[in-house]
Amino acid sequence: MTQTDAPTVDNGVNIDALRGARQALTDAPAAAQFQWRARCEWVRGTNSRTTITDFSGLGQEHAHRQAYCIEADHPEVFASDDNGATPPEIVLAALASCLTAGVATVATHRGVQLRSVKATVEAGMDLQGILGIDGDVRNGFDAIKVTYDIDADASRDDIAAIVAQSQKRSAVFDIVTNPTLVQVELA
Amino acid sequence: MRVPVVIVGAGPAGLAMSHHLVTAGIDHVVLERGDLAHSWRTERWDSLRLLTPSWMNALPGHGYRGGDPHGFMTAQETVAFLEAYRRRFEPPVLTGVTVAAVRRTADGFAVIADAGTWQCDVVVAATGASSEPRVPALRAELPTRIDQLTALDYRRPAQLDPDGEILVVGASASGVQIASELQRSGRAVTIAVGEHVRLPRSYRERDVYWWLDAIGQLDERYDEVDDIDRARRHASVQLVGTNEHSDLDLNALGAQGVRCVGRLVGISGRTAQCSGALASLVANADLKQARLLHRIDEFVTSNGLEGEVGPPRPAQPTVVPAPPTSLDLAAFSTVVWATGYRPTYPWLDAAAFDHRHRVVHDGGVARMPGLYVLGLPFMRRRRSNLIAGFGRDAGDLAAHVRAYLGDVARTRAGARIGVVSRVEWPSEQAVARAANDVLDRT
Repeated sequence: MTQTDAPTVDNGVNIDALRGARQALTDAPAAAQFQWRARCEWVRGTNSRTTITDFSGLGQEHAHRQAYCIEADHPEVFASDDNGATPPEIVLAALASCLTAGVATVATHRGVQLRSVKATVEAGMDLQGILGIDGDVRNGFDAIKVTYDIDADASRDDIAAIVAQSQKRSAVFDIVTNPTLVQVELA
Repeated sequence: MRVPVVIVGAGPAGLAMSHHLVTAGIDHVVLERGDLAHSWRTERWDSLRLLTPSWMNALPGHGYRGGDPHGFMTAQETVAFLEAYRRRFEPPVLTGVTVAAVRRTADGFAVIADAGTWQCDVVVAATGASSEPRVPALRAELPTRIDQLTALDYRRPAQLDPDGEILVVGASASGVQIASELQRSGRAVTIAVGEHVRLPRSYRERDVYWWLDAIGQLDERYDEVDDIDRARRHASVQLVGTNEHSDLDLNALGAQGVRCVGRLVGISGRTAQCSGALASLVANADLKQARLLHRIDEFVTSNGLEGEVGPPRPAQPTVVPAPPTSLDLAAFSTVVWATGYRPTYPWLDAAAFDHRHRVVHDGGVARMPGLYVLGLPFMRRRRSNLIAGFGRDAGDLAAHVRAYLGDVARTRAGARIGVVSRVEWPSEQAVARAANDVLDRT
């Protein structure tokens, strides 16, 4: 199952560095404490812009190579200007990209060469929730479905096992499937 | 009192160790807080049977001789089996002796018990892997009107509040067995399912443990797996030993009418929150089971056993109806925590533990010289926590004890003539392997 010597596989994942990091953080658990940050600013109407520049971890501050911006808005059917994806769609993007990063990492760890990985994410939502029409309807998704189409040097079962493993180690999968304490306050 | 070795606990593991020491001519005592096999008499539910078939439950010099080798012993039958073992080789067991403390001294250990103090060079902790239930902290957040009990407290359905629904938390052997029994007694049962290991009771007309034994899986060594820490944390299997040899996976529970929900992850007021990741865990358990069955099929083919065993039969996929992610606790009267067990050694010198209060050991040989543990999951091999595993582990450790005692004797003599030696076996090769696994956790 575990293939530690797979020299021919190149998925662009530096697996040796990850193995090293795992060992280092096992030995020094305090360094494993990370904090992720995002700064969001209202633009106009339902449009906002989130900027992500820095985070902390390994006992120090870090900056991304450059600042990243995420534009969010609502579509024209909601009488908005549609200057960006909706926030729930950005959650779907986060889930898919987290799982996909996991697929690449696990595949590399198992010596599986990937040729193409495509995910389609669908999530249903009953607008009666956020519009306050029906108190029994939740605001969020009723369910999320992710469908992977993967071309790789492995059997269907092995690919399924890689996809399963990526869910087991995914931060965003955990975030959307388990409750998290959230505190919102005025500065 | 001075004796070379003190074994704490006269269950199957302690008796197996005693047998090896008797054979090696090493003087020792076995201290037991209650009667022989105390926890088997007092800490098991009424219907409990061993997970392993009786033919398999051999201890050194003592095998099953009853009329149903393919059956599964009850707790009482296990006690009788161990009493027969005791009669057979008359180990130096002292019952009704409770150990209060084991302390390092300048010259070995002091074992302080209510019946006296023993000075010894070696202590073997054989008190089992299930001394204490492991219950998540959120138990404190349950409404107080809900009764809570653990798998160690559970005895029979009639013990529970007769009204209301029951939530069983945990879907390993204890959880699935208790959920099934409560549902059969006419109760409405919901089971919260986290990571789990699905296994068929039998495959190709042989018991699954026959296969695990045959393909060598039970003999995989602790220093040969990628991540022993992780392997030791594995949940126990979804299995039950019954006369019908039936499966007890989530499909079987579902057919009985038990409702499956995701792992219990939070309690907010009167609402219990369940993880939405159940489908992922179920798919993972199915994949792992399919991999094991495939390994068995390959074993059959490569050993030409097709004529002796049944045909291959692919497992049915687990079907769990879309589970709710929250439960209204108002409907429930009782929560049964079947969330695992942990060994505890409240009497043991604090220096023996790591920061998570686990005894630091390499294959049962503790970091603290002269201390040994026995009967823990995957301690030396995958079978280490089965009755069928205690014999070999005890044999390995007895060999180490013998070398250690020889070393202690030489050191004592050397204190006079200037010779010092050290026991070097077994090595620490397991440590080097721990780095290997980043993400390979299926």
